[in-house]
Amino acid sequence: MAYAILFDSTKCVGCKSCESACAEKWNNPYDDKIAAEEKLSAHKLTTIQTKGEKYVRRMCMHCLEPACVSACPVGALQKTPQGPVVYDADKCMGCRYCMTACAFGAPTYEWQARAPKVAKCNMCIERQTAGKPTACTEACPNEATMCGDRDAMIALARKRMAENPTGYNPKIYGMDEVGGTSVLMISDVPLESLGMPANLPTEALPGLTWRALETIPSVVSVGSVLLSGIYWFTHRRAEVAKAERSSL
Amino acid sequence: MTTIALPRNGFLARLTFWKVVFWALMAAGLYATFVRFYYGLGAVSNLSDAFPWGIWIGFDVLCGVGLAAGGFTLVAVVHIFNIERYKPILRPAVLTAFLGYLLVIFALMFDLGRPDRIWHPLIMWNPHSVMFEVGWCVTLYTTVLFLEFSPAVFEKLHWKAPLKAFRMISVPLMIAGVILSTLHQSSLGSLFLLVPHKLDKLWYTPYQPVFFYVSAIGVGLAMTIFESWHSSKAFKRQLEAPLLASLASVLAVVQTTYFAMRLMDLQNRHAWGLLTENRPETALFLLELALIALPLPFLFQKRVQSNPRLLYWAALCVIFGFITNRLNVSVTGIERASGVTYIPKWTEIAVTLAILALGFALFRLAARHLPVFEEPEDTEEPKAYSQNRIGLKVA
Repeated sequence: MAYAILFDSTKCVGCKSCESACAEKWNNPYDDKIAAEEKLSAHKLTTIQTKGEKYVRRMCMHCLEPACVSACPVGALQKTPQGPVVYDADKCMGCRYCMTACAFGAPTYEWQARAPKVAKCNMCIERQTAGKPTACTEACPNEATMCGDRDAMIALARKRMAENPTGYNPKIYGMDEVGGTSVLMISDVPLESLGMPANLPTEALPGLTWRALETIPSVVSVGSVLLSGIYWFTHRRAEVAKAERSSL
Repeated sequence: MTTIALPRNGFLARLTFWKVVFWALMAAGLYATFVRFYYGLGAVSNLSDAFPWGIWIGFDVLCGVGLAAGGFTLVAVVHIFNIERYKPILRPAVLTAFLGYLLVIFALMFDLGRPDRIWHPLIMWNPHSVMFEVGWCVTLYTTVLFLEFSPAVFEKLHWKAPLKAFRMISVPLMIAGVILSTLHQSSLGSLFLLVPHKLDKLWYTPYQPVFFYVSAIGVGLAMTIFESWHSSKAFKRQLEAPLLASLASVLAVVQTTYFAMRLMDLQNRHAWGLLTENRPETALFLLELALIALPLPFLFQKRVQSNPRLLYWAALCVIFGFITNRLNVSVTGIERASGVTYIPKWTEIAVTLAILALGFALFRLAARHLPVFEEPEDTEEPKAYSQNRIGLKVA
């Protein structure tokens, strides 16, 4: 069982109930002004963005192999076996490499705080493990946001597409993007045209840095042997030259 | 502070001018420090959720670490390759590196959201994180630099025992220093391997770690020339002209290699077409390549190598090319994908300049009171012999 969220843009009416439910869960302020911000921030962990007549939901995508988790030097971000990517504020030192690394701009920062923390959606892991849906799913009046097992969410997306083939763009956003995400999105147009990042590699991002990191043992072992060898050679040569000179 | 001889006209006036500049920068920096720690990162900087890294990472950290690369380069040349004639410029290079790393860590205290937790990576591991590796290497290498510079302090205090102890561990220490530098100089480039979706196509390359490493060696040598020139002026010393000339030919080879690699990378990625696109990024990329290429024909000429002033300008060109590259990779190359325009707030610049000024002041202080420019006590090789070796021509 790996939790996932399915967002169906064709069913979203832009009521922003998900936003207010999310704010309530995190004890964040929420009013008309914040509703109008339409931008993720430390006090707004999900947002509905109005794109003409359509709506798209932004939040942490809970990547299957998250760049932020690999980036974090202290392991403050973890991909749980259940699916959500969670954050441990007590470890975080605030380097913000996770923010640089994220392809979706999901981690946000408490820029005004004296002891700031990263803020991001945790897919209501505490609610889900208790058998409850995420706060946003529960609040959604129109089944635009659904949650459940990832395979079940993919099946649900396919079912909706099959029932209404002309009403959907056949691609599920999040199936393959950066190796796949636990938040999946469908719409009648490509999600990229609603502002979701385009041209993302289908390869998971952590592999890109791991390829460099995994050479470290060789650099260290070959490097120390090589440098010791050079040291020995150059100093031996100098000694020999010295001995030859003194024996003259 | 006024004990230096003042033989030349205007020197006193200039000194006072720089003092005024120094204290003005300190005052501005102090104010910015107050804003940073009282009101937070949001108040002191123009950083945002869309643009989380600015000049404190791009300049203070990335350039700071690179500009301090002269330390490990010269340690390798003098002690591991045993090219003794470079010894007179070794200690200033190690001092520059040591101060450089201290200031990088100091600058990080401003950039980190929770500087009180800077030690966390030492106990909370994530070996999959490049940042984790950089954290460890920088910590270990700063310790190595501290030890490598410590003989200057021991000599000043006439402490024989620790000097002897140092000599016992010096070889493995120096080898460790070179390896640690290799690792983190390149890893600063690896940081950006994670962001193919953000870093502009002009700069995103799987060879980023290699480029960061090679360019660090180049700029380390250039900084050695730069700093020899300035300290010879400031301390009224003879410039080590023949030494710098041969250093210049090494620099020429390193920079030519670097330049060729950059072009081969464009070829590999079939990226030449990007250079015809009319974007500000193209101009910045070309500026970077131009600053690498421009000094090359000069650095190879004997005439330039033996002309300290021209050599100084060539080194400056290398340094500016390096700074342009690091800022492009970490700041300007990220701007388009981030969707926002980042221009550092004046308080960000104030902190950066104050730290830079602090670096110059600390170097001056150390050079005045410690045996930095004197021959170290432990020169075992007879003079005649090391002179002989020059005949072998290093580069």
